[in-house]
This record gives sequence, structure tokens and C-alpha cells, in this order.
Amino acid sequence: MNMISFPSRRPRGKVHVPTVTLAHGGGGKAMKDLIDDVFVEAFDNPLLALLDDSAQIDLLGLAQYGDRLAFTTDSFVIDPLVFPGGDIGRLAVCGTVNDLAVGGALPLYLSCAVIVEEGVSIDLLRQIAKSMATTAQEAGVKIVTGDTKVVNKGACDRMFITTTGIGVVAAGVELGAHRARLGDAVLVNGLLGDHGAAILGARGDMALQSPIESDCAPLQDLVASLLDAAPNTRFIRDPTRGGIATVLNEIAEAAQVAIEIDETATPLRDEVRGFCEILGLDPLYLANEGKIVAITPPDEAEQAVDAMRAHPLGRQAAIIGNVVAGEPAGRVTMRTIFGGRRIVDMLVGEQLPRIC
Amino acid sequence: MKFVDEFRDRAKAEILVKEIERLLARMKRDETRPLQIMEVCGGHTHSIFRYGVEGMLPKSIELVHGPGCPVCVLPMGRVDDCVAIAERPEVIFTTFGDAMRVPGSRRSLLQAKADGCDVRMVYSPMDALALARQNPTREVVFFGIGFETTMPSTALTVLQAERERVENFSIFCNHITIVPTIKAILDSPDLRLDGFLGPGHVSMVIGDAPYEFIARYYRKPMVIAGFEPLDILQSIWMLLRQIDEGRCEIENQYMRVAPQAGNAVALKAVAQVYELREFFEWRGLGSIDHSGVKIREAYARFDAERKFAVPNARIADPKSCQCGEVLKGVIKPWECKVFGCACTPETPLGALMVSSEGACAAYYQYGGVKRGRGEEEASAA
Repeated sequence: MNMISFPSRRPRGKVHVPTVTLAHGGGGKAMKDLIDDVFVEAFDNPLLALLDDSAQIDLLGLAQYGDRLAFTTDSFVIDPLVFPGGDIGRLAVCGTVNDLAVGGALPLYLSCAVIVEEGVSIDLLRQIAKSMATTAQEAGVKIVTGDTKVVNKGACDRMFITTTGIGVVAAGVELGAHRARLGDAVLVNGLLGDHGAAILGARGDMALQSPIESDCAPLQDLVASLLDAAPNTRFIRDPTRGGIATVLNEIAEAAQVAIEIDETATPLRDEVRGFCEILGLDPLYLANEGKIVAITPPDEAEQAVDAMRAHPLGRQAAIIGNVVAGEPAGRVTMRTIFGGRRIVDMLVGEQLPRIC
Repeated sequence: MKFVDEFRDRAKAEILVKEIERLLARMKRDETRPLQIMEVCGGHTHSIFRYGVEGMLPKSIELVHGPGCPVCVLPMGRVDDCVAIAERPEVIFTTFGDAMRVPGSRRSLLQAKADGCDVRMVYSPMDALALARQNPTREVVFFGIGFETTMPSTALTVLQAERERVENFSIFCNHITIVPTIKAILDSPDLRLDGFLGPGHVSMVIGDAPYEFIARYYRKPMVIAGFEPLDILQSIWMLLRQIDEGRCEIENQYMRVAPQAGNAVALKAVAQVYELREFFEWRGLGSIDHSGVKIREAYARFDAERKFAVPNARIADPKSCQCGEVLKGVIKPWECKVFGCACTPETPLGALMVSSEGACAAYYQYGGVKRGRGEEEASAA
């Protein structure tokens, strides 16, 4: 009975091994197969399919959207790679799209550079690439150029992704932290801290079962509706690492104003509050990946909130505070739920859970 | 959030503040100085700043932030010992998160980790024991730190390790006890405190009785307090009522969690595993007799100090630090010579700047160094 059974049919696609090896980064056929089979297949667009050294974009085509090019880049390293509500691929698209969007730009094109540790499963890589493609479609952007490197075991934590993005800013759109004025309203588009809590929970090292999902989402539509409704919006920022506390401090510092927020008006999910209570964390410092902080003139604040609430990513939008007088410039304070006041400062390092 | 929001009720807070003001107005006291109340525990300090409690109180009440942050009072020499253990290639050194940043004389555990030591953050000593089971070829050391609050969980973990015959697990024991420390503060000649808020979670373990001497011999009132802002306001009100009525008692505001007799099971585990050290060194307060515990001979194989040659160097606090005076309420944090200049949360010199529960770090972060030294009230009132 020395029968050797051959698979009746070769699996589809060109990569037939289960894991990424150094051969996939060697510049030869294995690498080309990997790029074709995983990335070109998923991203599916003519500019990328040419596989030239650069993607070439028609300037006149860009100029129809506005008069300035916005250009940004971001690297994504996250543990775990797949988490409730998203994965590193979705994050890598949203992060760069949102950086363009909050500057008032229409996001158009992305690049995608991936560093993979040998031994990562091809299925996982495929899953991440598909997720990037779906998210890019949601965000209305095309991934038009990229790069793949494979590194030795231990040289990176499974997968790092860098995305660079190009967008166009419409004529007349001027946003900047320094434009905040006394009396301006501080707005957010929804529940804060979901992403940070979801990631901490998903790491699983604190034996906490948490139902919290990352809020990771592309925000270009929401920002566009906000700018339509409140054309004199001063500034928008996505409060990612460091949370809204950090962004508010940056605004206060740049505009040399004081900001006061109201704890009772700050939208937080009960699960996130509970999570923070148990671990001794402050939700104001937790990361968000689908949120904005916007500063608008007081007379446009209500319409800005209404516009955001009409959008699926802004249902819980709220005015959480104001630019105020009577405090030193650069300071952020909070009226606490208890009726007291505290200063909301920048974090020195990372938030560490407290002992008791 | 149920069982949490009830204790942060703004309307009830306003009523309590009015009651406190009313009591103060009718009290006979030395009007030239504020009433000084020390909250012993770092958890209270954190809540006071987090909810802005200090700014809600009348100016004639001054809260003095006591020594009850175990991370803050850890002397540099002990951090150096941690790093020395963590530097051993066979060791996985496990610690609570906020102990990672405490500076040693050379480096913190966070820096040691960056330099290649295997330092891991855990949330309970049981997590460290699980790591020991998963890594039978490595030595897992847990950094035991904290007052009577965390002491029982470390003791129970040692007992569990013994039952399971786990041989590659040990504790670097830095547990400290609160009572001798309060006594040391009370014995200090420049003491001005009028009363204490007692550490509720310590009392959950040890009960009320160990504090009796404070009322009996030192004639100072104490209220064992919970950690929600309403707990703190109510405890201050109870303390003022004692002062007003001329009573000196140990009262318990935190009955819902801290029973009068403490927790017998926890106390038994503590007595079984630890014995008192002759003295223990505190950052900011110096050496205090019988203020720390070590692991008993019977559990020597779980004692990292016996297992590894720990250098045990004593490193003096920087001379410019005035942590001791801040701890005793003699000066406010911002009156210290180095507050906010040489000593900041990024580069802490003194104990109280180290953890977010330390008085100086809390003032710096929530109270505002930007107001500068000498200005009247640091909390944003």
C-alpha cells in the first residue's frame, strides 16, 4: 500500500506554500508571485497592476478637486494584528485617510509598504490585504503603489505596514489649531476610547472579557458633511494615540487659548468606563481610530453636531466643551462629573495600570 | 454605571460641601491656620485630584497627601535590586505596571526592559505564577509591592506555588505596612495634622483596631474612608464632626467594604507567609522600624532575596528633595525647592513625583505646576 496521494487539483492562485519565507523577499519569482497573488489581486486597480516603480497620477485630474495637494504618511504596528472591530490592514488605511481628511483634504491615493516577518501565514497576509482593499473602497481611495519586504524571525513583530496618502484640499478650506478663538465650541463625533480599550482587551493579558470593538473607520465623508454644515470650522484632528486629552492640549498650546470640557457631556460607552475603572486608566487618554475633535465657531456648533449626527459615524456627536477665558493660555481643564474641576494635562509616557 | 455613579453624585456633593462649611463656621479653632487633614492613601490622593475634590472644599481645609503610595515610597536601592535580578538571563521579572517607571540609581525597569531584560507587566501575582508554569526552564520573579491591600494576594500565591510544587517561582518582597509609618509621622516634631482619612482598602484586610493608638495616644481623629469622591467628602465631614465635638475616635465610613474585624482569611495567609523586618527604608521618610515584611524561613525557596544574590545597596535620597516635609504637611508640593524644575514626572527626583498617586505628580499633572510656587491654591478652583 505505497500509494502517494496527490491533490486532485492545485489550489487557486500562485502562492501555494502556507507561510511567508525569506524567499518571498528575495526579489525573484517567489516575491513576484506573492505580490501578484496577494496584493495586486486584492487591491485590484489598473495603476497598481502596471507594477511600475512609481504610480503616475494625472495632475489635471487632481486639480479638479482643489488647489492644494495634501501628503501624509504613517506606520502601523499593532498587537494583536486582528482585533475586535478591525485589523492592522483596516487601521493602516483608516489612519492615513483620516490624517488627510481632518486636514480638509479629499483622500485619493495611498501607497502600501509591508514588512513581514518570515513564518507569517499567507492566509493572514491575504486576509489583511483584503481588509485593506475593502477599507480603501469604503474610503474612496486607491492603493496605487507598494513594497514588500520579508525579514528574519524576530526582526519585526509579524507585520508592520506603512501607508502614505495623497489628497486634495478644496480652494478656500483653511484649517489650523492656531485659529481657535474664545467662545469656540469643542465637538466630538461619538463615543471615546473604544479603540484603545478594544486593543488592551484583545491582548488578553488581563483576563478581562470585553465586548468593546475598535471604532476604526474612514472619516472622509463625515468630515465633508461637517465642513458643509459648518464652513468656518477652525480645526479638526483625529485623536489617535494619546486620546482627546493630548489633542486638546495641542490645540490649546498652538492657539494659546484655554479649553474647558465637561465630563458629563463627554460621550463614553459604559463598557469603556468600566474597563477604565478596573484598570485605573483614564479614557481621555485612550486611542481612537474613528473619531474627530473639531473646533467650530459657537454659532455653527449646533449645525455641526446635527450634520455629524445625521452620518452613521457621528450618531453620538456632542459638544463637549469650549474655548474659555480666565485660565492661563495652553491649559485644558475639565468640569468633573462630581462638580469639581481638574486639569487635563499631557501624558508623560504611556498610561500604566495602577497597583491599587 | 451602577454602584459607581451613585458615589459621584453632584447634588449630594453640594449638600455635603454645605454641611462641611456649616460645621467649619461654628467650630472653635485657630483661625490663623487651615485645618490639616492627611489622606494616608495614594488611592485617595488620586480620587481627590481626579474629581477636583480639593477645589470644592472651603479654603480653610487643607488636604495633606500622605505616604500611602507604595510605588512612590520605594527607595532607589530596591529598584536597583529589581534591575539586578531582572538582568539575570534566566529570569523573567514580573511587576505591576506603575512600578515600571520608578527610577533606580542607574535605570528603571522600563529602561532595563529596553536594554534587553525580560521584564513583563502583570495584573496579579497569580499571572506571574502562571508564567512560571508555562516557562519551566526560566526563573519567574514577582515584584511584591504594596501595603496590606496587596500583601494577601502575594501570600496566597506563595501558598499556591507551594501546593503545586512550582520551583521556578519567587517573590521579591517589598511589602510594607502602614501603621508604623503613620506612627513615624505622628512622632515627627514638626507635625501639624488635625486628623486622618484612613486607607479603606488596607482596613478591608486589617480592620479598624490597629489604628486605635492614633486616637488613644496621639489624640488625633481618623475616619477610614472609601475611594469614591462622595466617600471622601463624607469622611471629611465625619472628621470635622469629631473635631467639633472634641472626640478622637477611629470611625469607619467604608463599612460597605471594610469590616471592623478585617478579613480573617487574608490575615491568616499574611501571618503564615511573612514576618516583620526590623526596619525598612522608605523614599522620603528614611528608615522606619518594623515597617516592612519579609518572607518567613519556611517559604525561603520562594524568596528572591534568598534565591539570588541581591546587592541590597542603600542609596540616599537626593539632598535637594523635600519629600519628607511634603509628606508631613510642613510644606505644599510646589513649595519644594526642586518641584517642577529639577523634579518633574519625566525625571522624578523624589518619591512623590514618581507615580501618578504621588502628591507632587498629582499636583503637577492635575493641579498645575504652571501656577508656580507660592500661589495660593494649586487646584483649579
